[in-house]
Amino acid sequence: MSLNEYFSLVFSDYTLRTITLGTAILGAVCGMLGSFAVLRKQSLLGDAISHAALPGIAIAFLITGAKDSNTLLLGALVSGLIGTFWIKGITSKTHLKSDTALGLILSLFFGFGMLLLTYIQKQPNANQAGLDKYLFGQAATLVESDVWLMAVVTGLCLFVILLFWKEFKILLFDPDYTKTLGFNTRIIDILITSFIVLAIVLGLQTVGVVLMSAMLLAPAAAARQWTNSLSTMVILACIFGALSGVFGTAISASQNNLSTGPVIVLVASVFVLFSFIFSPSRGVLFRQLRFIKNRRDLEQHKTLAFMYHIAKTHDNISHPHTIKILNNFQGFTRGTLQKLVKKNYVELDGNMWSLTDDGFKKASNLYNQQNNE
Amino acid sequence: MAQNIAVKVDDLTVAYNYKPVLWDIDLEIPEGVLMAIVGPNGAGKSTLIKSILGILPPIAGSVTIYGKPYKKQRSLVAYVPQKGSVDWDFPTTALDVVMMGTYGSLGWIKRPRQKEKKAALEALEKVGMLAFKSRQISQLSGGQQQRIFLARALVQNASIYFMDEPFQGVDATTEIAIINILKELRKAGKTVIVVHHDLQTVPEYFDWVTFLNVKKIATGPVKDIFNDDNLTKTYGINYKVSIQE
Repeated sequence: MSLNEYFSLVFSDYTLRTITLGTAILGAVCGMLGSFAVLRKQSLLGDAISHAALPGIAIAFLITGAKDSNTLLLGALVSGLIGTFWIKGITSKTHLKSDTALGLILSLFFGFGMLLLTYIQKQPNANQAGLDKYLFGQAATLVESDVWLMAVVTGLCLFVILLFWKEFKILLFDPDYTKTLGFNTRIIDILITSFIVLAIVLGLQTVGVVLMSAMLLAPAAAARQWTNSLSTMVILACIFGALSGVFGTAISASQNNLSTGPVIVLVASVFVLFSFIFSPSRGVLFRQLRFIKNRRDLEQHKTLAFMYHIAKTHDNISHPHTIKILNNFQGFTRGTLQKLVKKNYVELDGNMWSLTDDGFKKASNLYNQQNNE
Repeated sequence: MAQNIAVKVDDLTVAYNYKPVLWDIDLEIPEGVLMAIVGPNGAGKSTLIKSILGILPPIAGSVTIYGKPYKKQRSLVAYVPQKGSVDWDFPTTALDVVMMGTYGSLGWIKRPRQKEKKAALEALEKVGMLAFKSRQISQLSGGQQQRIFLARALVQNASIYFMDEPFQGVDATTEIAIINILKELRKAGKTVIVVHHDLQTVPEYFDWVTFLNVKKIATGPVKDIFNDDNLTKTYGINYKVSIQE
């Protein structure tokens, strides 16, 4: 199937439509909540949460013996929440820094989860096959009810974010100050964190434990590059996330046997890469260009100012001088001289240069500006 | 001098680990003073403010604002945190940060409206930052960021202001602008408490001072207690400050 075929089929084919909708919604909700995680400098929390969810999946399977995705996700939710609040507990009650706590809980829970998975695989229960799909996710297993669940959670999440927008924003920016205003910061914190856990758990089936945190961070990190407003950032992250879902699914469906989760994550990473390079205000490319341009401008201005100081000692400002004099001035290059000629500030005649009226005026204004500052 | 007591601290003790950061602090701050809290690094100056404001839980002790527990009097108190305590790359504008000062009176869920915006703009004007209202906060200088923080507290229209090193890392122009605003607040009958580092400016800026080094060394009017004796007791070395008139 080619990409074109995919896009012609996506509205009619039930499976394709379900998977595409599912990954798009997942991308959107992850982008939305990821913005908060990134701005709280809790980028790694997502990684810890998704890994912490693994033992929950295994235990839920051990208890029920069935592979119903809702039951397994409930297990994931419980163990994800336990892991998260352990991390918070460790950070606030011990001397350990949050990165240590994150690493500790991540490996502890993930190790335990893997242990349970291998234990389950040794069991005679025929149902067990495919539980390891939760490691890297399998979008193909999405059914309509999964998508409905995602849609409901996303709607709820949107509602809560809109309702507590002001509280979320101030907590993200200045938690201490928020406390002095009389807000219970613990409640706001628990609310945000719980939704992040929920979004991650929703994504486990599609993207899997290992790559889930990228779904959270990549759209948000990309969005941050394009805007200086929190609301725009959240909306952009939503869009980037949804597009990653759609294009990731499209690419994986059109290239046989490409696993969907990793492709979605790669598409999201392309968004990040593109944003880091091409964002007009924060991107590497334009910042470098601005830097070079500023340097050039300054070089020209300095050269012009140097010429002005020489020229103003003469009655005739266009009195010619040798280019050699300019060598005394450190910032001088032939290139700058050529550019000044092109701008009609300077005229060249063999080895001699002279300021034009324009150049003199420009230089004297430059000088005044410097003096006024 | 029959003054109201704005802030009363009793037996306040705070510890992060085993070693107390503040030990048995008793403090009465009269209404309408402009007070500096001075002391060496690690003396617990910021901690004192933070535990008065309930940001840090004390081990023991109590704080009352005009005779009632702080929790019931929050609306009377405004806080200016240290500038370095937040991430200035946060995606928001100067006006938006100042608007946050209105969130407390709004309470949960309610959104700021025209009235709140107007108050925020007025506060921006007071600190001379109206022209920068739409500026992304990372593009403000350190002094401008400090003024934004000050404006955010002004918007709260409180009776008591706690400020954590508002002069840190600002240029001379901003320092003068800020101290003028603080003096105006005092003139309006407000109480202003400032963690301060520059001993040279204490007599010029403040009328009340508290010496702190884990324990309270002294508190009172600058003209009575700002002397070499208390400075030496607080800083532990033979400190001599020439007090300029």
